[in-house]
Amino acid sequence: MLRTIVIRVVLGLLTLLAVSILIFAATEILPGDVASAVLGQGATPDTLAQFRHELGLDRPGYIRYLEWFTHAIRGDFGAALTNKRDILTSMTPKFENTMFLAGYAALIAVPLAVGMGIVAAINEGKWIDRVVNIVSLAAISVPEFFIGYLLIFFFAVQLGWFPSLSTVFMDMGFAERVHVVALPAVTLTLLVTAHMLRMTRSSVLSIMSQPYIEMAFLKGLTRTRVIFVHALPNAAAPIITVIALNLAYLIVGVVVIETVFVYPGIGQFMVDGVTKRDLPVIQACGLVFAGAFIILNTTADVLSILVNPRLRKSR
Amino acid sequence: MRIFGYKPPFTAWVGIFIVGVFVFVAIFAPWIAPYSESDSVADTWSAPSAAYLLGTDNIGRDLLSRVMYGARTTIGVALMTTILSFLLGTVMGIWAAVGGRVVDQVLSRIVDVMLSIPLLVFALIILSMFGSSLVTLILTIAVLDSTRVFRLARAVAMNLVVLEYVEAARLRGEGLWWIIRREILPNALPPMISEFGLRFCFNFLFVASLSFLGLGIQPPLADWGGMVRDNGRAISFGLTAPLWPAMAIALMTIGVNLIVDWILSINARPSGASAEM
Repeated sequence: MLRTIVIRVVLGLLTLLAVSILIFAATEILPGDVASAVLGQGATPDTLAQFRHELGLDRPGYIRYLEWFTHAIRGDFGAALTNKRDILTSMTPKFENTMFLAGYAALIAVPLAVGMGIVAAINEGKWIDRVVNIVSLAAISVPEFFIGYLLIFFFAVQLGWFPSLSTVFMDMGFAERVHVVALPAVTLTLLVTAHMLRMTRSSVLSIMSQPYIEMAFLKGLTRTRVIFVHALPNAAAPIITVIALNLAYLIVGVVVIETVFVYPGIGQFMVDGVTKRDLPVIQACGLVFAGAFIILNTTADVLSILVNPRLRKSR
Repeated sequence: MRIFGYKPPFTAWVGIFIVGVFVFVAIFAPWIAPYSESDSVADTWSAPSAAYLLGTDNIGRDLLSRVMYGARTTIGVALMTTILSFLLGTVMGIWAAVGGRVVDQVLSRIVDVMLSIPLLVFALIILSMFGSSLVTLILTIAVLDSTRVFRLARAVAMNLVVLEYVEAARLRGEGLWWIIRREILPNALPPMISEFGLRFCFNFLFVASLSFLGLGIQPPLADWGGMVRDNGRAISFGLTAPLWPAMAIALMTIGVNLIVDWILSINARPSGASAEM
């Protein structure tokens, strides 16, 4: 089992390495380069050459990649092109904000999704199951900004319960922060809950068709008892995987939702960087997002190995 | 009424109706839109009235007309992206399945790495370098999305290449291209039809999200995601302006999803009816 897990973790690290190459390469293959992109049409060949030298662009690509990557894993992402500030220092508070938002949403979403999924599975085919099904299908097919703006329209503008923009400051109290971030957190929650809920429901239901469940019913146990004692422990593995995968999805959903609510997180930071074509910022954010994504995916795999006895033996 | 010999259930009819209306509007936008997509005809964010059924946008253009023209660009771009992504993904997927171990390994590992970067983040990185012209936008999303199609096409084709008739074709000396075209492709397509609808939904939302972030379809072209972005601030004043294009996006995706659900339920039928699709 340990061997399977170690292999999986090493594979994750290799993926991260490959992804970092891809991110770096994606920003290299453009016609022209960063210098001409930043300076624009009016650049003379002289200033262009000087700027290239300043950025170190006159050296070969693989050397720049190695330098960038070795610095990046030590937390040094260099300075932003637009304001010359150190990227790590400007990114850290934004990263914390994003983590706060994502954690907030996850805290609501995970218990809600698993709970409702189980309720829907217990009441399969009854009205509550149908309602849950329709609502979650709608939540999946609707764009996140639509949910976001709807929530703002009703809860911030019409009812005035929450602020419409989630501006947070460094020295904001915890209670106030929870209040201000409530709307984006709920939007994110709706997004990921639907996926998790449907997966929870279907994995509980697929276990329900197993012979030993039929046996439990034939013994005369109640439906609730069969589900909680016999079905749920075996449905745990796919549910845990789905939760971890959806937390990864949450990391991405954050980009759009932060823009809707003007929330100062890393998603907005990246979108800002992209509109200003600030290459080091884009690379840094891309690496952070991809890193979080890979870590959560690897965690999902490792957890599913841990909880599933059949996967513990290495093949 | 029957379509392709199948009777659509009520939900599928709702989906067909929604998609039909949007496609109609998209095709005939210049003839049925009350105003042009780029003319300022009234004050900024004027309320819905008889003259402007949905009100006007941030620079006084008629929202209804822009939603109609937006259907053109948004649906058009998403459709072209999906078609391209399917061509690329299917060809690559089948190539991986029939081309031998080395080809398969190389293609699959590249796709693995691409899939381990969140798609939106990847698209942002590429678009930031190439700029968001329509062509780069469509190409970028198509290439990124083809990774998903590749996975499915490869899995489907893998199951087909081991079947007897492919073996028979090989033994009687048919070329690789002939086998792909005559034996594998016709049999791989039916399970991929519903996937086309799902990928369309995904690409559609993806284009809308990118435009919403300001990196997708660029003004002056009207598109739904960009319209939500332009009018986003209006929501704080209690105006509904950004809700209309957002609702159009939501309705379109729900409509396509309803149709896909129906097709999926046909394909899932045990009678083997899927082969006719």
